[in-house]
Amino acid sequence: MAYGEKVLDHYENPRNVGKMDADDASVGTGMVGAPACGDVMRLQIKIDDNGVIEDAKFKTYGCGSAIASSSLLTEWVKGKTLDEASQIKNSEIAEELALPPVKIHCSVLAEDAIKAAIDDLKSKSDSAVAS
Amino acid sequence: MQLPIYLDYSATTPVDPRVAEKMSACLTNEGNFGNAASRSHSFGWQAEEAIEIGRAQVADLINADPREIVWTSGATESDNLAIKGAAHFYQKNGKHIITSSIEHKAVLDTCRQLEREGYEITYLPPDENGITQPSAVEAAIREDTVLVSIMHANNEIGVVNDVAAIGEITRARKIIFHVDGAQSVGKIPVDVAAMKIDLLSMCAHKMYGPKGIGALYVCRKPRVRIEAQIHGGGHERGMRSGTLPTHQIVGFGEAAHVAKEGMAQENARLITLRQRLWDGVCDMEEVYLNGHPEQRLPGALNVSFNFVEGESLIMALKDLAISSGSACTSASLEPSYVLRALGRSDELAHSSLRFSVGRFTTEEDVDYAIVQVRAAVEKLRDLSPLWDMYKDGIDLNSVQWAAH
Repeated sequence: MAYGEKVLDHYENPRNVGKMDADDASVGTGMVGAPACGDVMRLQIKIDDNGVIEDAKFKTYGCGSAIASSSLLTEWVKGKTLDEASQIKNSEIAEELALPPVKIHCSVLAEDAIKAAIDDLKSKSDSAVAS
Repeated sequence: MQLPIYLDYSATTPVDPRVAEKMSACLTNEGNFGNAASRSHSFGWQAEEAIEIGRAQVADLINADPREIVWTSGATESDNLAIKGAAHFYQKNGKHIITSSIEHKAVLDTCRQLEREGYEITYLPPDENGITQPSAVEAAIREDTVLVSIMHANNEIGVVNDVAAIGEITRARKIIFHVDGAQSVGKIPVDVAAMKIDLLSMCAHKMYGPKGIGALYVCRKPRVRIEAQIHGGGHERGMRSGTLPTHQIVGFGEAAHVAKEGMAQENARLITLRQRLWDGVCDMEEVYLNGHPEQRLPGALNVSFNFVEGESLIMALKDLAISSGSACTSASLEPSYVLRALGRSDELAHSSLRFSVGRFTTEEDVDYAIVQVRAAVEKLRDLSPLWDMYKDGIDLNSVQWAAH
């Protein structure tokens, strides 16, 4: 299977690879997928005092398209509010990377990952308020 | 050294120049282009003569009689002809067939078709080394078993079954024994008489012959009968009609001749290369050899690099022509059904690479491949959340995954 140029670029030079402290109250972690399916994505976002995403990191086990989708996502979410970040659609990722139909699930996984990271952050702030 | 390096000889092989030369002499107006079925002139006689030489060469490779060779288009057709042909012919004796769960799709899908026709199939699981144990075959035999179909060498992991031991069991009970020899014939010694094989599928393109030609060995003593699947002019004693492709058959014959001549020496060289490749990667953490360590084809190696996904690994290894799983199934997103049958975890089944070295592979090629593989695995592990978790001592089986 031939890969698109943008997939190759993100695959060769993945942006924002790394790991942040999952216990930090300003860090949200989203881990989606399963080894059985051949894809696992871990996306982490860190927000500043104004609720804007100041940093994002990822690690992905999966095919080149899955790696590229998560790499692209970390670039896109930086500087966005949580609300803005939650608006990102898998179709936009798929379009930007020119993913073929069999790889659309990689972009779906990326959308799930950012939603999961945002949910994690929200549950942390809810429990902080409650206590 | 020419890039990319071809390490996928299990998928197919280039045609040996000696073979190509013989083939090209059977095509043009100046060459041996006649129809072997033409009895009325010398063009036909010459073509027939060339075909009979090819038949004798292929028969010689497997210790058969030339009259036991039926030409087909390849191993897939041979598997279809053998399994459907024998099942249909002997259906009055019973409708139970035994095979293994890690056969090539040409066998498995043919069996599925027979299931739709009312046959019952037993799919034997291999042991953890990928071997189908003769004792397992024996235990699965029933009163109504008419056919056992077990591959000689596995296309994905390269392990070699003890077909002689299975042949003893089936011959004693007068059950037809079909062997898919697509990966073994021309690579390792095959003796249909000593192994008590009744039907043997072969193809030319895995042994430096052309694509599009194969053969089915059909045992004469004891006489094995099959029902034809392709009807027409009654070629090949009625078992497979169709004008014989002289150039393809001549190519197959010459490939068989070349393979037999140098087999022992070539295999010693290939085993050294395969071992060199394995030695070059096996000291990395979490690297697993799939399939029996010794009972395998000289040139075949299948390795799982845990916590790295196979497709991304192949993408990183763009200077190496390799595959994850077999070429026939690498278009799908499923983990390898062969590795799953060996009891490998999903992660390991998703993380496998199939390397196969062959006639034109050099030591330099292997050394280059080792450097590339090590670098790619390290790069992708740096990207892998599963590797992180492994390093943090987290048991991946204890994690509640959000499957999608």
